[in-house]
Amino acid sequence: MALAKHEPDVEQRDTGHTSKRKHAHFPYISLLLGLLSFTGMLVSICMIFLYAPMDAVQGEPQRIFYFHVPMAWLGMLGFGVVAAAGIGYLITKDERWDWAARASAELGAIFITLALVTGSIWGETIWGTWWTWDARLTTTLILWFIYISYLMLRSYLGRTPSSARAGAVLAIVGIIDVPIIYESVNWWRTLHPAQQVGVAGALPPSVVLTLMISLASFTLFYTFLMIQLYQLQRLQTLAQRLRAHLM
Amino acid sequence: MTFLEQVLAILWKDISCELRSKQTWMGMALFALLVLVIFNFAFDLRVDNKAAIAPGALWVAFVFASLLGLGRTIAAEREKGLMDRLLLCPVDRKAIYLAKLLGNLLFIGVVELVALPVFAALFNVPLFAGSLLPIVLLGTLGIASVGTLFSAIASATQARELLLPLLIFPLIVPVVIGAVRATGALMVPAANEPPWLGLITAFDVIFLSISMLTFEFVIEE
Repeated sequence: MALAKHEPDVEQRDTGHTSKRKHAHFPYISLLLGLLSFTGMLVSICMIFLYAPMDAVQGEPQRIFYFHVPMAWLGMLGFGVVAAAGIGYLITKDERWDWAARASAELGAIFITLALVTGSIWGETIWGTWWTWDARLTTTLILWFIYISYLMLRSYLGRTPSSARAGAVLAIVGIIDVPIIYESVNWWRTLHPAQQVGVAGALPPSVVLTLMISLASFTLFYTFLMIQLYQLQRLQTLAQRLRAHLM
Repeated sequence: MTFLEQVLAILWKDISCELRSKQTWMGMALFALLVLVIFNFAFDLRVDNKAAIAPGALWVAFVFASLLGLGRTIAAEREKGLMDRLLLCPVDRKAIYLAKLLGNLLFIGVVELVALPVFAALFNVPLFAGSLLPIVLLGTLGIASVGTLFSAIASATQARELLLPLLIFPLIVPVVIGAVRATGALMVPAANEPPWLGLITAFDVIFLSISMLTFEFVIEE
């Protein structure tokens, strides 16, 4: 019992030291990433509305595509990071992996929600319907559900090692399940005409360039936010530990 | 004790507990029947739409009833503080998982055996006893393998009953799709259907292996 009580104390002192050391440095990387993603966002917004050509068939609504694709990409990348950090946690038992997993889950949940919203808006104008049970849409929706249940599970379990392990297991099962869901929905709808999700044979180079810059600046933005949320998770854990220590 | 003996010992403990109380499976069976009755009201069943609705109704009833049973997987251990004792036993964690999974399969299987004839009568469909059995068994295995893992996770929280379906439903989507389509194909044979039974088997193998490998992480304190 005494040992169990002693351990978090040591850990806390350790992390306390590192935080002091980190505090002494000015957060250059964070600042640089913030500046880069800010300029990237400005440039890509200019490019999306001024440089990219208007789609001959879809017209102006097509421009939401430059926001929708990066958001969907980050929603998926976010879950990949959650699962990778989960595996890292299970192997090393280092709680820093868990902070990264939590941070990425919160970010990914926001991005995938935005992807669903922007996709629906585009679908309403182009397809004339907010929703269709296409494999890609259905998988994104189910990934959204997995994200939300992950966040709910983590908030119910608190900041304990068993919570971190449970989250890691959910993320690992989820990341293996998502491709299976995609394939099974695909087979489920094989008899139905699948709607084409904006894949034309040859996209003009200006469209590709705009999309790439938009993707890059959104990913930079994600990295920037990841660092902030990671620090936030770290501080929250330390604060909670201090509070438990005092009371 | 060999691995198999360990599994059987834990399984036998759960079965004898259940045989004494009979709470879980009676509740599950009644619940499954009630879901089937509710579906009769929810969809105005006619001859022409029966084939489209019946497989879905059957599987929704099975999934909902399984949830009741799955929620009780580790519940007795958690409520009475027996979890530590189970973990202190010199048994492999995989044996605990397998025993719990087999127990769940058994309880859900009994419920399904009760519900199937009633389903056939209420929905006025033939039973297809021979060919429906593997679909039901494999579909249930898929639901139970993920369900056993996540009920161990959910039982550690205060909101066990609330959290369990939220965790399981998104993950079992492939199994549910496969099972519903395979059942539907029995009622109205369709061309160009993927081999659903083989796919469910593949899903089962995948789910079973990840769940078995990760189970030890979720029950440690």
